[in-house]
Amino acid sequence: MQRKFKTVAMAAAVVSSLTLAGCATASDDAAPGEAAGDCAPSDGPVELTFTSWVPGMDKVVELWNEQNEDIQVEFQTGPNGNSGTYQNFFNEIKAGNASDVGQIEYDALPNFRVQDGLENIAACGDILAAGDDFVDWTWSQVTFGEDNAVYAIPQDSGPMAMYYRADLFEAAGIPVPTTWEEYAAAAALIKAEGSFITNFPKTDVNWFAGMVWQNGGQWFENDGDNWGVELTSPESIEVADYWQALIDNEEVSALASFSDEWNNSFDTGQQWTWISAVWGASTLSTGAPNQAGNWRVAPMPQWEAGGEDAGNWGGSSTAVLKGSDHPYEAAQFALWLNTDPDALAMANELGGLYPASKEGATLPAFTGESEYYGGQKIYDVFAEASANVIPDFLWGPTMTQTYTDVSDGFGTVLGGSGTLADALAAGEEKTIEALKAQSIPVQE
Amino acid sequence: MSTSSIARRKAPVAAPPRQNGGSKRENPMSRGAAMLIMGVFTLYFLTPIWWLFVSSTKDVGEFTTTAPLGFTADAIPNFFGNIGRLFAYNDGIFLKWIGNSVLYAGVGALLGTLFAAMCGYALAKYNFRGREAVFNVVLSGVLVPATALALPLFLIFSQIELTNTYWAVFLPSIVSPFGVYLARIYGSSSVPDELLEAARLDGSGEIRTFFTIAARLMSPALVTIFLFQFVTIWNNFFLPLIMLRDQSLFPVTLGLYAWNSAIGQNPELRSFVIIGAFVSILPLIIAFLSLQRFWSGGLAAGSVK
Repeated sequence: MQRKFKTVAMAAAVVSSLTLAGCATASDDAAPGEAAGDCAPSDGPVELTFTSWVPGMDKVVELWNEQNEDIQVEFQTGPNGNSGTYQNFFNEIKAGNASDVGQIEYDALPNFRVQDGLENIAACGDILAAGDDFVDWTWSQVTFGEDNAVYAIPQDSGPMAMYYRADLFEAAGIPVPTTWEEYAAAAALIKAEGSFITNFPKTDVNWFAGMVWQNGGQWFENDGDNWGVELTSPESIEVADYWQALIDNEEVSALASFSDEWNNSFDTGQQWTWISAVWGASTLSTGAPNQAGNWRVAPMPQWEAGGEDAGNWGGSSTAVLKGSDHPYEAAQFALWLNTDPDALAMANELGGLYPASKEGATLPAFTGESEYYGGQKIYDVFAEASANVIPDFLWGPTMTQTYTDVSDGFGTVLGGSGTLADALAAGEEKTIEALKAQSIPVQE
Repeated sequence: MSTSSIARRKAPVAAPPRQNGGSKRENPMSRGAAMLIMGVFTLYFLTPIWWLFVSSTKDVGEFTTTAPLGFTADAIPNFFGNIGRLFAYNDGIFLKWIGNSVLYAGVGALLGTLFAAMCGYALAKYNFRGREAVFNVVLSGVLVPATALALPLFLIFSQIELTNTYWAVFLPSIVSPFGVYLARIYGSSSVPDELLEAARLDGSGEIRTFFTIAARLMSPALVTIFLFQFVTIWNNFFLPLIMLRDQSLFPVTLGLYAWNSAIGQNPELRSFVIIGAFVSILPLIIAFLSLQRFWSGGLAAGSVK
């Protein structure tokens, strides 16, 4: 009832603004009711709620509250998105009491978009113009490539590079690989030394997606109406076959990611490289404390010599959730959160976030030398990687499901049967089923 | 006082009857095998707790570099250092969570036990129309998993704007269908009708009779219900997960879960999760040990009746 009334009122408002104001704001091709036109500041003081699971975000919110007496933000928290907070968002949207602002990872955004859980904030002040302040690929994640649409503000990103043991490579006289071909050759030599070049993470399917991303592959396509699923695109299969060979030759280990054994294998020199995201820097320094000074960072190995492509693993955005009473103020808060130098510095120090804003990469935290990495300025490598991430990678609307299915398949491969390519094919099939089950149109 | 004497009186009945004439002596082989199996399982269950204890005496770097089940040289200072940092982190939020859990579980279990006892007693001792129907409805409540009710509860609480409050977790916790079931079974056998008749003849009101006579006779069962309910609420995490957003309202289970899921952002949390998990089971161990006498007596008594 209430919602219906709101829609009617909104439609009426749009129509009247069109006729009276002579079509000043709304875009011509937007459907009535969801026009990105009616986003005006509220009168009087505003109270917003913001939900995030990043440690220290409550302190950042305190900073905002000190500076903005008229827009007070109440901080709310919970577990990491896929561990419960996303489900909570959906429940709250259904119940009509969702947070005004919520943290959502890029790979979950399409799910919220498809289920109509996001406000289009393109017309809320100068949001649309803010696009230039963010790294290109992160901005296309929040606009879905649509015109006159912004569904969230990019927060952090996870450009990938190669962490490697400079000391071991040097002692063994093996050159640090710059291409995937060299990487495979090094893997064989390292096996002969009794160690592994790296660990294959069977449960981190989004890591694998980062590899496909680097190779110029896509897993999903959307033409505005239909979704295409391409887990078995040639680029994807190329990556799968590559890692399959390393697994078959037993040149990579198969430990559970981020487990004690996994940390231990890094700490005792059994792993020589880790292809990971920028946030992995602290994972490594905490998990492998005995190797301080021995690790370095280099760009990811390339498929073609001389290339510069990088993948991305992780990253999130700050979205204005459907049903917010104050989308204008919510959007301003989200923009401040992800562009203000003090806010970004705090989010990095307390929560380990690597900003998606271009300016953010010039923060003191990212220009200095890293003690653990032997004094290397590792963030220079990541800043370059960030600029080289292919911009238009698209996530599907049922990623959690896809991750589970592919990860099950990967587990079987490491158990000794089937191939990674089989797992991707099975994942593709199940993803198509899942989309159909949710009445999301699929092109086949 | 009365509870322990009842438990003691029941003990001989609960013990297995003596073998007559010793015609079937126990085979030492099978006895040994049974002990062995018990030993293996005890080890199986206690090892994780031992690991947790040992891990909480290590500093962050030592998790991955030292033997998982053995103490390190400076275990004792590390342990206190860890505890100190745990309670200091984020303005002492962990202590707040422990306090919340004690409040949710303590008050919730106490009220839950009271309501279950009253309801079970009424079902056991009063004849009224629809009694069996009421009992069956309550009994069917035992079969519905609590997780299945969490989402509907969230939608209902949303309507009356009680989500993200203390009440959102507390109110659903004071309901215990299993407690009602146990209280009825135990009440009908342990509270003699004659005693109630006598009390009525002496002019005692129904409520006074319940609290002064019935509740005391039923106390072994009530301790059991209390413990069950306490553990259930303490370990319940799905309901708070769905209901609560304000971290100052979190019970310790949800707080630790949230920390654990944020390790990717802040690896330092890893040590807090381990030490926090160890600290969070201490109140449960204390509750069990201090109520053990009543608890085991209550269980045995229930099974014989």
